[in-house]
Amino acid sequence: MSRDRVAIVGAGMTKFVRRAQETPKELAWEAASKALESCEMTLDDIDAVVIGTAPEAFDGVHMKSEYLSDGAGGWGKPVIRGYVGGGTGVFSVIQGWYHVASGLFDTVLVVCEEKMSSCQPHPQGAFLTIFDHTLERPLGPNLLWIFALEMNAYMSRYGLNKRDIALVSVKNKRNAADHPAALLGDPNITVEDVLNSEVLAWPVQRLDVSPISDGAVAIVMAAESVARRVTNKPVWVEGVGWSLDTAYWTNRDLSYPTYVEEAARMAYKMAGITEPRKQIHIAEPYDPFDYKELHHLEGLMLFDKGKAPEATALGITQRDGDLPVCPSGGLLGVGNPIAAAGLMKVAEIFWQLRGEAGDRQVPGQPRRGVAQAWGDLMQVGTVVVLGI
Amino acid sequence: MALIERVTRLDQTKAWLGEIPIQSRYTVGIAGERFFREIQEHGRFLGTRCPECDLIYVPPRLYCEACFAHLEEWVEVPTTGYVYTYTVVHQDLDGEPLPEPRLLAFIQLDGTDGGLVHFLGDVEPDQVRLGMRVEAVFKEKAERRGSILDIVHFRPVKG
Repeated sequence: MSRDRVAIVGAGMTKFVRRAQETPKELAWEAASKALESCEMTLDDIDAVVIGTAPEAFDGVHMKSEYLSDGAGGWGKPVIRGYVGGGTGVFSVIQGWYHVASGLFDTVLVVCEEKMSSCQPHPQGAFLTIFDHTLERPLGPNLLWIFALEMNAYMSRYGLNKRDIALVSVKNKRNAADHPAALLGDPNITVEDVLNSEVLAWPVQRLDVSPISDGAVAIVMAAESVARRVTNKPVWVEGVGWSLDTAYWTNRDLSYPTYVEEAARMAYKMAGITEPRKQIHIAEPYDPFDYKELHHLEGLMLFDKGKAPEATALGITQRDGDLPVCPSGGLLGVGNPIAAAGLMKVAEIFWQLRGEAGDRQVPGQPRRGVAQAWGDLMQVGTVVVLGI
Repeated sequence: MALIERVTRLDQTKAWLGEIPIQSRYTVGIAGERFFREIQEHGRFLGTRCPECDLIYVPPRLYCEACFAHLEEWVEVPTTGYVYTYTVVHQDLDGEPLPEPRLLAFIQLDGTDGGLVHFLGDVEPDQVRLGMRVEAVFKEKAERRGSILDIVHFRPVKG
């Protein structure tokens, strides 16, 4: 199958904050206009728009992407919404990619926004109705239950302790201290801080979890002919993949994200990657919880099953390690405005490969990176491989 | 077939009642903050102007949706306009008849490229015409909260 080559040529983001005064549209506009400015393009240069945004209940607006469309630059253009729950931020890039790879459009603006602070009394409420209404909802579950059960299954399967996992939270929150848009960067946080934070649903503690956030991120994608004209540093989309596991969490392997492996295999095949551990230089796996970074690194086949914690303890995933992981600071440090957080990961790989990540820049001039997100009913994996 | 599969007796099919228990707290935004404060304090309308596209947005917007420019030019606009289109509402959301029909209109505001959807008052349904000149009626200042309901309705301009 012949496809046009597609590049990312620009990126921009708002600060991730706890409570934005801006409306969701205003947040989307700020990110979108920064992305356009970064590659000296205007709205006139954009053929189509992809809007990624997660559950309606966060912003409290039904038909959310239609509502956001003018802030995302969609007025008078073909617009589509990407929505696979938490996996949306990376999936929207996949949608942008096939808009261009198909030959239908030369340029696409991808905008992801989430304003979780609108949701009262707690954004958790937006998730209470994702459970099976007959089997599970009468028990009064909240979202943390799933993660606690999954984290415990992962720890038990591989004989891990809380300290092994807390190292991820410490790494990412420290990394985020160098990110100008971060909500929870902390250069001095320690493993003890994580272990001493309040228990929410054992083994999940407060500092194992990413914060509720408001924010928006945007990127500009272009066909090769346009990309070469607007920048001398295009970052190519080399592979994309996504996969969905069963909607029954009782019928999934909770200690290993098979759906991430399937999504990664699809993306790696497209990118011609046969040895991911050698051919991928930098990774931004989805880290709404610290154990999820480890889980996803294994699903991405960057470490053996159960071995990502050891690699973390050895410093391999530090910014100056052999495989820098979440050099941005991830969701744990930069923040987690759901769809925007996933796109932030793609933007981070873009900046890192171009050598534009400032204080966050990893050494060694990385040439290929992978970004991954996860969501829907905790069973979708979305993967994008970028290279220069 | 369809008849026997359909639930015709609610009490004979197992079910339980649940709800989606959230509320939303909507900030009015950067542009909205100034718009609603002006209504609350002074009973006036402000808009933003895009010099590039020569558009005046009311309610004001932070950016131009056509060219994406950051809009920083604020202008006061009249609280008058005309009825662009209207409807007469006879039932409430539950389908119950309203005690009195309500008039709802889109008001194109004078000197702007936008307007407001709001109620019409001091006028009978059979007197309303498209193009009819109307003006905003505000609540007393002490009762204004910085909301769209600080405007009671629009009414025909006398004379």
